[in-house]
Amino acid sequence: MIAEAGLAILWLAASLALLQCALAITGIRFNRDDIMAAVRPVAVVQGVLTLFAMAALIALFARSDMSVLLVAENSHSMKPLLYKIAGAWGNHEGSMLLWVTILGISGAAIAIFEWRLDRRTVIATLGAQGLIALGFFAFLLLSSNPFARIWPPPADGRGLNPLLQDPGLAFHPPTLYFGYVGLSVAFSFAVGALVTREVGPAFARAMRPWILGAWLFLTLGITAGSYWAYYELGWGGWWFWDPVENASLMPWLAATALLHSVNVLATRDGLRAWTIMLAVVAFSMSMIGTFLVRSGILTSVHSFAVDPARGSFLLVLLAIYIGGALALFAARIGTVRQGNTFDPVSREAGLVLNNLLLSVILGIVLIGTLYPLVAQAMGVQLSVGKPFFDKTVGPVALLLMIALAAGPMLRWRRDDARLLMRRMALPAGAALATLTALLFLTAGAGALPLTGLALAAGLALASVAPLWGRNLRRMPLFTWGMVIAHLGVAVAVTGMASEAAFTRERLVALRLGQSVDVGPYRVAFTGVKPQVGKNWSAIGGVLTARRGGGTAVLNPQRRYFSDPVTTTNESAILTAFDGQLYTVLGERNADGRWQLRLWWKPLVTLIWLGGGMIALGGLLSLIGRVTREWRTERRRRRVAAGMI
Amino acid sequence: MRHWLLWAPLLVFAGIVALVAMEMHQPSDRTVFSHMVGRDLPRFDLAPLLDDKPGINAALYRRGKPRLVNIFASWCVPCAAEAPQLADLAARGVPIDAVAVRDTPGDVRTFLNRWGDPYARLGSDPKGRVQLALGSSGVPETFVIDGQGKIVEQHVGPIREEDIPGILKALEDAR
Repeated sequence: MIAEAGLAILWLAASLALLQCALAITGIRFNRDDIMAAVRPVAVVQGVLTLFAMAALIALFARSDMSVLLVAENSHSMKPLLYKIAGAWGNHEGSMLLWVTILGISGAAIAIFEWRLDRRTVIATLGAQGLIALGFFAFLLLSSNPFARIWPPPADGRGLNPLLQDPGLAFHPPTLYFGYVGLSVAFSFAVGALVTREVGPAFARAMRPWILGAWLFLTLGITAGSYWAYYELGWGGWWFWDPVENASLMPWLAATALLHSVNVLATRDGLRAWTIMLAVVAFSMSMIGTFLVRSGILTSVHSFAVDPARGSFLLVLLAIYIGGALALFAARIGTVRQGNTFDPVSREAGLVLNNLLLSVILGIVLIGTLYPLVAQAMGVQLSVGKPFFDKTVGPVALLLMIALAAGPMLRWRRDDARLLMRRMALPAGAALATLTALLFLTAGAGALPLTGLALAAGLALASVAPLWGRNLRRMPLFTWGMVIAHLGVAVAVTGMASEAAFTRERLVALRLGQSVDVGPYRVAFTGVKPQVGKNWSAIGGVLTARRGGGTAVLNPQRRYFSDPVTTTNESAILTAFDGQLYTVLGERNADGRWQLRLWWKPLVTLIWLGGGMIALGGLLSLIGRVTREWRTERRRRRVAAGMI
Repeated sequence: MRHWLLWAPLLVFAGIVALVAMEMHQPSDRTVFSHMVGRDLPRFDLAPLLDDKPGINAALYRRGKPRLVNIFASWCVPCAAEAPQLADLAARGVPIDAVAVRDTPGDVRTFLNRWGDPYARLGSDPKGRVQLALGSSGVPETFVIDGQGKIVEQHVGPIREEDIPGILKALEDAR
């Protein structure tokens, strides 16, 4: 019953999306207020209905209803409840349903809360939202029905990939989806503004919280995904430039650029066309990224089987939305009045530089990710890996750090280059001092990581500069957000550079009782013991790590899952104040020795601490912006009502 | 901004879509293929790993009858997954030889007892040298060799049920 109800609700929601789109188009085309007035309620009901459909799917997974094909294929009655529920979106159909659910809720939120922007732009935005939703509803209902039944129902399900049985991963896809859908809202706003030609500060203020929210979730998602890959995959790396990672990095880069350009539009009414373009690009990157990953085109050796019909459907959707928006942009943007201009030395110019550098990085990542496809079209098999990305993205990222340090010190509209030099003197001095000290103290570390460490020191100092000489209690929350986020970048880069420059690695084969030194630790291999979990058994190594007077015990495992048959390495990590000891248990050699991989990674935790700080900065800015908008809106209404 | 420049993003995007669409409609295995396909087998001689099974060498494949060479390892899970399909091929009278990569007699014995033994011969490749010489990048992979010692087809990854007709056809064509 639940499955059938879910399907019926999905059809109903799809028809409402069609209605929402049709009403918006006719209302705007014929300028009919009565028709436009109907769009908001339809959007709200559509959002609520998709929420019900998602709830139905989660209920089916929670009850382990094996008569539903999707549950039978992706769940198992023995699985812990948390992973049963996470299983609802840990697959193709469920993740698509989650996507339209978040999309529907965002549409409802715009319909309920967005009253400041001019009415026609809001309605056009909701129309664009309805059109996007309609495509994904069609995709779900015609080629990926999550509620399909199977008869006879199997005795039990086919489990979930054990690699995915991890609390971090259960919440990783939804986090990224919130980000992607947030960008779709920015995209809809851009389309709405192109339709009505109302590009200006009010439009930027309406769009900004969605960008901030999307960017916040993407930052969290990427940071968490990086940590997951680090401890779960057992290779000791935190970023692999894998197509899946690039797929989440590209929208983040575009969103970061958008986040900064939208501030110029909101504050100074500049960069109109550029901001619209970025809003379109940011969502395009999330769609292209999702498509490349989902369609399996880019996962190379020994990949999964992919349904070509679904891939084509998604590609057509993508072509319609993005192609349509880009065509609308090209045709319309010339008729949008140009915004304000600014001096080459100004806050605006700094933000433009930031945008250009981010765009260059985005271009490099996009080319690097797509290049294997180009080569394949010419009949050459190759992959683009870490060395390419490190060498190309690294230097541009360092330039970006300099721009990042200078930007917040600049004044809007016009500033004096000499004054900027004076303000930058202290951070630049700190960076040079750090570089000199590092060159004396360390030998053989690469130029890129050392420069990174030096610039991080300068950036850390520069990013707290906006706090000097100001009354901290009266400083707006979004300025705090900026300071913390920029400081977070310095912290994260410190972690990345330190990991790259100073990591110590040992690959050894040890008998019981033997020891090995790695970094500041002496690690003794004291035993192996069998261990059993709910659906796995494991051999666990017992390692005693000694440093100074203290000891700690680590327990890396090789886990064997029964259904499906899989082996995974569970690394064991010891976190100290100045870094992490990372241990992986390998195979047992024929002579009875065990292979062990050990790493000492100094300051590596700063990478994710920095990522968290960047996200926290985004959250503070979001709260700061929303509360301020809300206060001014309330005051405006009181004035309008004649209360003051 | 110049007018035509405004259409540049759309053009770039159209290029990406065309590229991806082309990629999707090629009947492609997105895998690393051996440059050895279409060439003669390199010279090799692999010693037996088990007492009751002879090893393999290159001369074996110039006797006029096509054979399969299956690269596998007892420690490889997908190799266990393709076991039923290999058994099916063996039951149809296809001679299948194994290259056991980095393996030990005890482990291979256990593997064959558990998942079935479709192999006519089994050679040991302790360092993976022959695997590399054949241009194989992982396990499992299966090569179709015609009767004159030429590699005519490579299958990367486990053989699934739907792959069997293709492999039978390749064997037929190689005859």
